[in-house]
Amino acid sequence: MTILKTTNLGRSFGGLKAVDKFEIYLDERELVGLIGPNGAGKTTAFNMLTGVYVPSYGEIQFCGESIVGKKPYEITQKGIGRTFQNIRLFKDLSVIDNVKIAYHQNVKYGVFSGIIKSKKYKIEEEEITNKSLELLSIFGLDTKHNELARNLPYGEQRRLEIARALATKPKLLLLDEPAAGMNPQETHKLMELIRWIRDKFDITILLIEHDMSLVMNVCERIYVLDYGKIIAHGNPEEIKTNPKVIEAYLGEEVSPNVKSK
Amino acid sequence: MDFQQLINGISLGSVYALIALGYTMVYGIIRLINFAHGEVYMLGAFIGFYAITGLGLSFFPALIIAMAVCALLGVSIERLAYKPLRNAPRVAALMTAVGLSLLFQNVTIYFLGAKPKSFPRSNVITWDFMNVSIRSNQVLILGTALVLMVLLRFIVQKTKMGKAMRAVSFDRDAAMLMGINVDNTISFTFAIGSALAAAGGVLVGQYYGMIQPFMGMLPGLKAFVAAVLGGIGSIPGAMIGGMILGVAEAGVSAIRGGQFSTYRDAVSFAILIIILIVKPTGILGKNVREKV
Amino acid sequence: MKKLYVTIGVVLFGIFIQILIWNNIINPYYGIVLTTMAMFVILSTSLNLINGVTGQFSLGHAGFVAIGAYFSAIVTTRMSLPFPTFVIFIIALLVGGIAAAIAGFLIGLPTLRLKGDYLAIATLGFGEIIRVLFLNWEYVGSASGMWGIPKYVNFLWAYVLAIIIVLIIVNFINSSHGRACISIREDEIAAETMGVNITKYKVMAFTFGAFFAGIAGGIYAHLIQILHPQNFTFMLSVQILLMVVLGGLGSMSGSIAAAILLTLIAEVLRGFAELQMIIYSLMLIGLMLFRPQGLFGRKEISLNNLFSKNSGSISFGSPKK
Repeated sequence: MTILKTTNLGRSFGGLKAVDKFEIYLDERELVGLIGPNGAGKTTAFNMLTGVYVPSYGEIQFCGESIVGKKPYEITQKGIGRTFQNIRLFKDLSVIDNVKIAYHQNVKYGVFSGIIKSKKYKIEEEEITNKSLELLSIFGLDTKHNELARNLPYGEQRRLEIARALATKPKLLLLDEPAAGMNPQETHKLMELIRWIRDKFDITILLIEHDMSLVMNVCERIYVLDYGKIIAHGNPEEIKTNPKVIEAYLGEEVSPNVKSK
Repeated sequence: MDFQQLINGISLGSVYALIALGYTMVYGIIRLINFAHGEVYMLGAFIGFYAITGLGLSFFPALIIAMAVCALLGVSIERLAYKPLRNAPRVAALMTAVGLSLLFQNVTIYFLGAKPKSFPRSNVITWDFMNVSIRSNQVLILGTALVLMVLLRFIVQKTKMGKAMRAVSFDRDAAMLMGINVDNTISFTFAIGSALAAAGGVLVGQYYGMIQPFMGMLPGLKAFVAAVLGGIGSIPGAMIGGMILGVAEAGVSAIRGGQFSTYRDAVSFAILIIILIVKPTGILGKNVREKV
Repeated sequence: MKKLYVTIGVVLFGIFIQILIWNNIINPYYGIVLTTMAMFVILSTSLNLINGVTGQFSLGHAGFVAIGAYFSAIVTTRMSLPFPTFVIFIIALLVGGIAAAIAGFLIGLPTLRLKGDYLAIATLGFGEIIRVLFLNWEYVGSASGMWGIPKYVNFLWAYVLAIIIVLIIVNFINSSHGRACISIREDEIAAETMGVNITKYKVMAFTFGAFFAGIAGGIYAHLIQILHPQNFTFMLSVQILLMVVLGGLGSMSGSIAAAILLTLIAEVLRGFAELQMIIYSLMLIGLMLFRPQGLFGRKEISLNNLFSKNSGSISFGSPKK
């Protein structure tokens, strides 16, 4: 079943078309990649899908509903979660607080209950704490739950961001360059983690990446973006040998068969 | 509103414009609302006062001295209080500016007393034609302000320093990498902005014939509104914003023979709210996007 | 359980002080000073909720205080209600608080899409507009103001109200809704992407902050018994802001400590009015240059902190660099 479909989606900034005629579809439980040279418009596309940017034109259908023009928090509540290219953790808050905030949209007790510390509040707070610790333990971060997010090593910060996004209980997870700055071992672990997340949480994943080994090994389908337009679409084998893709990358002196870091 | 009120409004507006220019240039270059700017205007008036009464100088020399001293003052403020906070959270710089503003007001009161002082006026000639009186001191304000604004435009557009100012406003790091001395450029900006405010102070002193330590508060805030109205960071914007504000205020005071004159002060704040809600970047302002 | 005993102890302490005042062991003048201190605790913590916890830079808090002061005074001086004074005063305070809250809501909605500096100036503008409105409102005496307001407030009143309000704010912060506000301060875009309705919570913080400021205004009106629009200028907003910043933006303990400290300093300097302002401004400048995180940064004093080496409670972070 298709859970996401975009039609003729585009975004202009002034006279510049950052993304144009962007049409993708995602079926349930798929692991799809979005690649392209730097500045191709990948993050802009993500920003449109999550409501951070309002599209200049076009349509986005998520689970049968149009989400164009909806606020980011509404879209998150509908089931799209994401991480950011330049990690946007709540750096001065603790690891567990980062996750707890992501659970907030599902909290049932009201402001008044919180103020008088009613039974409802106490029960739910304990639930939130337990769920957060559980989630953190999956990512190996539960022992550091009181650490400030800024004090975590880079790789763990990236994992925390993914954990936090998962706490919003998404049906679709958007990962923006999750392997950025990672060494080969960390990248390999991340590959397994991504596959495992898709299986365990039963979600669809769309990821932006520059690291070709990760993309080729993990993604079942790939879209290639260049100068804001999709220039290729297919499985890893097809993309690897697609002349348009090679040209787009060679223009940057990088061939798609090699890790482009 | 009749032509007379228009003349009054334009005179008032010129002063707002002079002060607003300082705000807009400083905001453009270091993204700081220099709350202390209104006090520079006040100190300019006081310096002009002492230049005329104490040193026996005539108007224009006093004006020059006030502008020069305040230029130095502006540079010192920047170096001592704002420069250390250039990379600190914005709250810190804003609070420091507020602190400086209070400091200047109260030090002036402490040493010079809170009572208003009588600013000597040169002889005022009035020209009447067609039911309109134009006083020579209004012409003085308008004329001086115009000359200064033209001078400023020249400096900003045609000189190397002006180019440096525009570059640093646009992208400080890039300007630095291009070899521009960012610190000096910022100091220069403060110097010019302060000099203009000081000129405004002296002009207002001779117009109303009175100065007092709190005279900078409201005009300071209103000039800031003018800068926002015109588009903060835009020099022509500050000039336009100042004019509009001056005329609007004169207009409100004139309604039904002064019935709403106590609401005069609220006019600028009402304009501020409207602008911030409708078009926060102001009339000539540019949109700056945050990269996500 | 520990918390219950502490709370009871704190309240008893307040009653003890009030008894000392009643018996003139503590000079009634100092009673007024202590009452003012409690009032400023309410003011600084309410502003801290907006500026420190939710990160919305508001410079118009004096406006909310003014609304609370005037509207509560209207209830006690312009209306004759058939209730005992105790009840009338509570009604007056609530009316003042609610009126201020409504203003906070109406101001918050349009302005909270503005960022940083712009929001600061907009709130400053609103504060001034409110003051000018009162200046022109004949029903409350325009420039001459109101006087003859009955003295319904004493130290115990202010003290108990301060405790209640502080508890409400602290409990709010420790709930998921408080965390939502904090996330807005930390990173608005990230917060919204994690499902937080940022407009709702910004307006909520603003409205609550305004409500409590209004109550403080009501206390002020019934303590000083005279009201002038000139009492509610930008200066007052700055005074309150100084307390929040001195205590450490975001720290409740800091706001309380700073409110007490600054009220004391103001008292000590009472004889030297201009000097007081000069010292205030120098403090502000020095604070920003040398210790912008204030006394406590973002840390809180909690029972756990005081009695154990390791803070058992979930922390909200250490001082921002």
